[in-house]
Amino acid sequence: MQIEINGEGTAIDDGLNVASLLKVQDVKMPDMVSVELNDEILEREDFETTTLKEGDRVELLYFMGGGALPEHGECGTGDWK
Amino acid sequence: MNLTGEQVERYSRHIILSEVGGRGQEQLLAGRVLLVGAGGLGSPAGLYLAAAGVGTIGVIDSDVVDLTNLQRQVLHGTSDVGKPKVESAEASMAEINPDVQIRTYRERLTTDNASEILADYDFIIDGTDNFPSKFLVADACHFAGKPYSHAGILRFEGQTITVLPGQTTCYRCVFKQAPPDGAVPSCSQAGVLGVLAGVIGSIQATEAVKFLLGIGELLTGRLLVYDALKMKIRTIHVNRNRDCPLCGSNPTITELIEEAQPACDLK
Repeated sequence: MQIEINGEGTAIDDGLNVASLLKVQDVKMPDMVSVELNDEILEREDFETTTLKEGDRVELLYFMGGGALPEHGECGTGDWK
Repeated sequence: MNLTGEQVERYSRHIILSEVGGRGQEQLLAGRVLLVGAGGLGSPAGLYLAAAGVGTIGVIDSDVVDLTNLQRQVLHGTSDVGKPKVESAEASMAEINPDVQIRTYRERLTTDNASEILADYDFIIDGTDNFPSKFLVADACHFAGKPYSHAGILRFEGQTITVLPGQTTCYRCVFKQAPPDGAVPSCSQAGVLGVLAGVIGSIQATEAVKFLLGIGELLTGRLLVYDALKMKIRTIHVNRNRDCPLCGSNPTITELIEEAQPACDLK
């Protein structure tokens, strides 16, 4: 079936849930992503139980900290996609 | 407030905009904006806000200028390396526009000092570079009822949203809490395209100016995502989240808290 991911039409398997979608989409750092489904932010604990439907609009919103590097004792970011 | 002849000349390209005019310029001169962080985002924001004649600009930052900052932090120059960032920020902004009163805070924004510092400003620009600070700015602005511009940048992408606390989608509506330990990827893969900070910080300054002028539509309820490599800009509609721990119907965050910085995977 066809859904929209970050504004682009994408074909996915029927019956896929949001947690599986993150795997299929090769999101390497799922904890760094907020998922919006049809304009509503989805609770993380609902990823497994939320099954996607034809025409759903999914936005994968990534945490972006900034450029802090570990020598400052902080590192918020990296190539998680 | 009456504009002097020199001010009329300096701000003439603002004043001839019918949406600004002399009255709008006076509003900017009466405006007070706080930059939290004088780094990649705070630099372009500070330079443009000073040039625009925002009358009071606060800068809070505890760092000193490092050589690695200069690739993107255009408030600071080579001769500033080793100096406190707030000092070089003040000098750069004062050089652009002596009309601007600059207030510097050489410290970190903390749960202890946030409310007192924020109280003196109309609009806050989050130019911080780490998650705990971003959540602290969001929470402190919420409790103080101060509008703010959130932004984050990484590698070739940036995102920003403007928040009117209690009225529009807040940072925690979208990102509830800092990611857990181990979720944060290798630091060796961090990094940021310098000019990306210029684009996003300039958008934040635009929002501050629009807010002070009361014109146009703010970037509220929409997350702007900018991809420099693909040169694509999207604004993603984000509704308020009724389960938001800060501004939802049953908030769990009722006072300022310190979020932990997730440990990164140093492989």
